[in-house]
Amino acid sequence: MGRMKFLCDAERCIECNGCVTACKNENEVPWGVNRRRVVTMNDGVPGERSLSVACMHCSDAPCMAVCPTNCFYKTEEGVVLHDKDMCIGCGYCFFACPFGAPQFPNGPAAFGDRGKMDKCTFCAGGPEETGSKEEFAKYGSNRLAEGKLPACAEMCSTKALLAGDSSTVSDIFRDRVLRRGKGLEAWGWMTAYGAEQKEGAQ
Amino acid sequence: MNAPRLMSMLAAAALLAGLSACSESPQVTTYEQGKYQGKADSQPWDSPVFKGDKAAWEHAMKQRARGQHEYNRIP
Repeated sequence: MGRMKFLCDAERCIECNGCVTACKNENEVPWGVNRRRVVTMNDGVPGERSLSVACMHCSDAPCMAVCPTNCFYKTEEGVVLHDKDMCIGCGYCFFACPFGAPQFPNGPAAFGDRGKMDKCTFCAGGPEETGSKEEFAKYGSNRLAEGKLPACAEMCSTKALLAGDSSTVSDIFRDRVLRRGKGLEAWGWMTAYGAEQKEGAQ
Repeated sequence: MNAPRLMSMLAAAALLAGLSACSESPQVTTYEQGKYQGKADSQPWDSPVFKGDKAAWEHAMKQRARGQHEYNRIP
């Protein structure tokens, strides 16, 4: 298995916010925190495009690089997670993240009043006993341990949001675009999707 | 030693002393890779569902991911 990744197909996303709702419901995310949100470009203009954005579980995650308490870790399957007991709520990860993934619930923490950082876990829980109450309270659901994909992707009505092993996700997207007959001319297509599937690519 | 000569020598000494502070020491730091300091996490296949069977977990995840491809569902 390679790396767990999300991919949102802008040609399919209809801005229904089903992924946002599924995430909030599945993980019982507190008020003021949206682990996932839908961003629309050129809203209201013909040809507008929407994308569902959350933590992209970067291969070389900037949040991990800047964290002063080293509370981030990457699992064997490539999911970026963090230990909330170590988080001091400094907000460095928020400034480093290009996707605005780290969220702060405005609560007590060792540093300021942002509270401990909360972000998408790829529905993989966190560093607590799998399936325990503590894990759910701090990090939300652990669907990966049940052999399920993240709730946002599974609930996506148009299957715009794909999740799973990067090679499988790229295969699905590649096939879609080939059937669509357009998109192959997009910049970077050959780099991202033109190559043959590489099992276990790092 | 006359006064002008003494003054010029003192000025030269002061100039040398001033320039001695202009040396440049290397200021390039070395960055160390951080290491995770938190609690250890268990693997997803070490769950009651998969009981440590990594291959079964990977197979289940792959099947689940492939299920997102609706063209495969069409007979």
